[in-house]
Amino acid sequence: METHIQVKNLNAYYGRQQVLRNINVEIPRKQITVIMGPSGCGKTTLLKTFNRFFELNEEARLTGEVLVDGQNIYGRDVDVTEVRKCVGLLAQRPSPLPMSIYDNVVYGMHIHKMKKDRKEYKAAVRHYLEIAGLWEEVQNRLHDPAASLSIGQQQRLCLARGLAVEPEIILGDEPTSALDPISSQNIESRLLELKRQYTTVIVTHTLRQAKRLADSVIYMYMGEVVEAGPAKEVFGNPQHERTKQYLEGLF
Amino acid sequence: MSEVNSTFIAQESRKGEGRGSRPSAAFRARQDKAARRAFLVVTILPILLILVVAAALFARAWPILSAYGLPSLLFGKVWKPNNGQFGFLPFILGTVWVTLVGALLSVPACLLAAVYLAEYAHSRTRAMTKPILDVLAAIPPVVYGAWGLIAIVPFVDEVLAPLCDRWLGFIPLFAVNQPTGFGILAGGIVLAVMVAPLIISVAFEVFSTVPNDLRHASLAVGATQWQTIRNIVLPQAKPGIIAAIVLAASRAFGETVAVLMVVGNVPNIPTSIFDSAYPLPALIANNYGEMMSIPLYDAALLSAALVLLAVILIFNILSTLVLQRVLRRK
Amino acid sequence: MKKMKKKRFERRHLMEFFVKSIMQTALLIVAGALGLILWAVITRGLPSLTWDMVSQVPQGGYYMGKEGGILNAIIGSIYLAAGGTLLAMLLSLPIALYLKTYLGDSKWGECVRLSLDVLWGIPSIVYGAFGFALMLTLGMRASLLAGVVTLALVEFPIMTRAMDEVIRRMPADLEQAALALGSTRFEVALHVVARQTLPGITTAILLAFGRGIGDAASVLFTAGYTDRIVTSPMRPTASLPLAVFFQLGSPYPEVRERGYAAALILTVIVLLVSFGSRWLSARLAKYTIK
Repeated sequence: METHIQVKNLNAYYGRQQVLRNINVEIPRKQITVIMGPSGCGKTTLLKTFNRFFELNEEARLTGEVLVDGQNIYGRDVDVTEVRKCVGLLAQRPSPLPMSIYDNVVYGMHIHKMKKDRKEYKAAVRHYLEIAGLWEEVQNRLHDPAASLSIGQQQRLCLARGLAVEPEIILGDEPTSALDPISSQNIESRLLELKRQYTTVIVTHTLRQAKRLADSVIYMYMGEVVEAGPAKEVFGNPQHERTKQYLEGLF
Repeated sequence: MSEVNSTFIAQESRKGEGRGSRPSAAFRARQDKAARRAFLVVTILPILLILVVAAALFARAWPILSAYGLPSLLFGKVWKPNNGQFGFLPFILGTVWVTLVGALLSVPACLLAAVYLAEYAHSRTRAMTKPILDVLAAIPPVVYGAWGLIAIVPFVDEVLAPLCDRWLGFIPLFAVNQPTGFGILAGGIVLAVMVAPLIISVAFEVFSTVPNDLRHASLAVGATQWQTIRNIVLPQAKPGIIAAIVLAASRAFGETVAVLMVVGNVPNIPTSIFDSAYPLPALIANNYGEMMSIPLYDAALLSAALVLLAVILIFNILSTLVLQRVLRRK
Repeated sequence: MKKMKKKRFERRHLMEFFVKSIMQTALLIVAGALGLILWAVITRGLPSLTWDMVSQVPQGGYYMGKEGGILNAIIGSIYLAAGGTLLAMLLSLPIALYLKTYLGDSKWGECVRLSLDVLWGIPSIVYGAFGFALMLTLGMRASLLAGVVTLALVEFPIMTRAMDEVIRRMPADLEQAALALGSTRFEVALHVVARQTLPGITTAILLAFGRGIGDAASVLFTAGYTDRIVTSPMRPTASLPLAVFFQLGSPYPEVRERGYAAALILTVIVLLVSFGSRWLSARLAKYTIK
């Protein structure tokens, strides 16, 4: 098993409040890693440090390193937009851009000028909508506004939009929490399919979802990583009292 | 709602007797009802006031409107009240010129400043900017006019006019026909600064109605901040921004004293930004003293006020309707 | 993985830098304009500012450069603005409270707000002309009273909308709590809303006062001008903005210089009102729930 993201001595603060304490974890390549823990434990914050969304808050401050393929994404000479291109994000609520379905998928590709002509863009849109499992449903109305889709379809559209810029890592911040059960299931099965090609990191607060998806687990409490490792070990034989309590539903 | 509450109180206060000085429940219910009625009457006042202002101006303007007809007043080119000639066209065009120049100078800078404040600036910068805008908005027009006389008119006369004359003089729009400094450009510059706080604060409000989720969605695929602003924020904010500009233009359209002090006040149809102009509000303000001695003069000036009111009402109602809708999204 | 090195000279990064610099410049220009205005008014007004200016009324030949001051205009302006503000308050407070406690965000509430915004946008010269039209109809002459009424019209939409904004920002649960304790809506309006929003209301009143004291176009027709200190509401009165306006229009350089001094006095008064309201609302805010 090969490490893709390595977090080293990471401390994060909002103003004076410390939200992440001395985090050291490794995230394996082409697997699904689930970050879980009670609300307010810093799991979303940790996720946001991976695509440098953490720094969107003007009070945010951070020490330590996040290495992607050995390269510190907080290094001096690193281009934030390249980081974000390489690390896609599926947000908690689907956030389709106020344009057509087609334009949503094309958006990132246009930004990075990734294709040469219309034909290539068209083919790419089809490709990524197929991967996201949306093509069948929208192929006849690609130029309808994205807002006309159902919320579950919107989330799959956001997935297609994220994949279209050819990232290597997909982050999911409770990507199914706003969805109905059937749409959630749909997204989950997409993620399971995609893990063959992408390193995936998901934040979730539902234990069952964690068990369905996880190859590897990070359990956090009060801004610290309590336990991290392969899913089988953590779920089957937790080493820490806190993890045990959480898994038994005592929180 | 209030009735339900007061029955509830009636029971309560019986239990709590002995606290003495509270008025009876029945009295309080009656008080509430009376207040509701009185309040309702008061809220009709604003709408009524608009109608009354329009009606009063119309009534006083009627003698000249009925004698000459609106078109011949609006499109008449000659203003010679002594001969009974009342053409508003030079004044209307003067107002339009000054407003346009002011808007052209103000809008780009103000929008850029507003985008910066909404999208880039640290909250400390925002907190520092607010009092500056407040003070700019609080400075009286007559002081803006004084500033125009001290700084802008000489600046136009000694710097801008020679420069334009030398390099752009062949374009009629920039020709310097009467080098005094007083004119449309000076008026426009003063107006541009006067309406800046309004444009910036309304545009800022409009930008902050664009949901952060959209910004994040764009940043998440690796767009730069400017790409996000240009592709997502600006298109979303467009209706509100246009409304803000229209609102500011209507404010500029009616500005009187500050413009009047620097614009030259010659009733010609202007052809260059260095020409003098005579805006409509300045016409009204300048002639109040003599208006009683010449027949129809007062009616002419009040119909000028009516024209001003009509234009501004249209601009204002449209922009306010759009802004109300846009800003409610928050 | 590809190296994520920053290509500083890639077009979009240059664009980002360029646009951001332009925006900062634009903001600096706007902020700088305030500095330029204050600097111009102070440097030009200060040399002719004497004690006589604020303590004397115009003496014979004042408008040709002889002795005197503009006390008549200062006092006239204070009367005008104070009167206008008081009158406007009589309209504003009930409307703002009614908008909050009874109307909320209903259709009619929006309609009232729209009409207030439209009134706000009507230029003061139109109010002046309206006041003048009324005076013609009633056969009145320019007077302090007419000026006060016209200024009240100019001020009240500003005041009401400013009050409405602060009152709307009041936490809804406070009102709910008061209603739940058995208060009638009227009592909520009077005791809870009014008290809780006192700082905001004070700011709104001072904002309108500041606007009123600086407005020239509305009092031009209605309040007239005189060299004596006004003694009766039925007599005309001088006002500070008009004192500036008339003196700056004078052919005599000495008079013009005193016009700049008068502009400085007006600016100082307006700034004092503006900062005063800030200070006052910060002090009063101690007693409100945030």
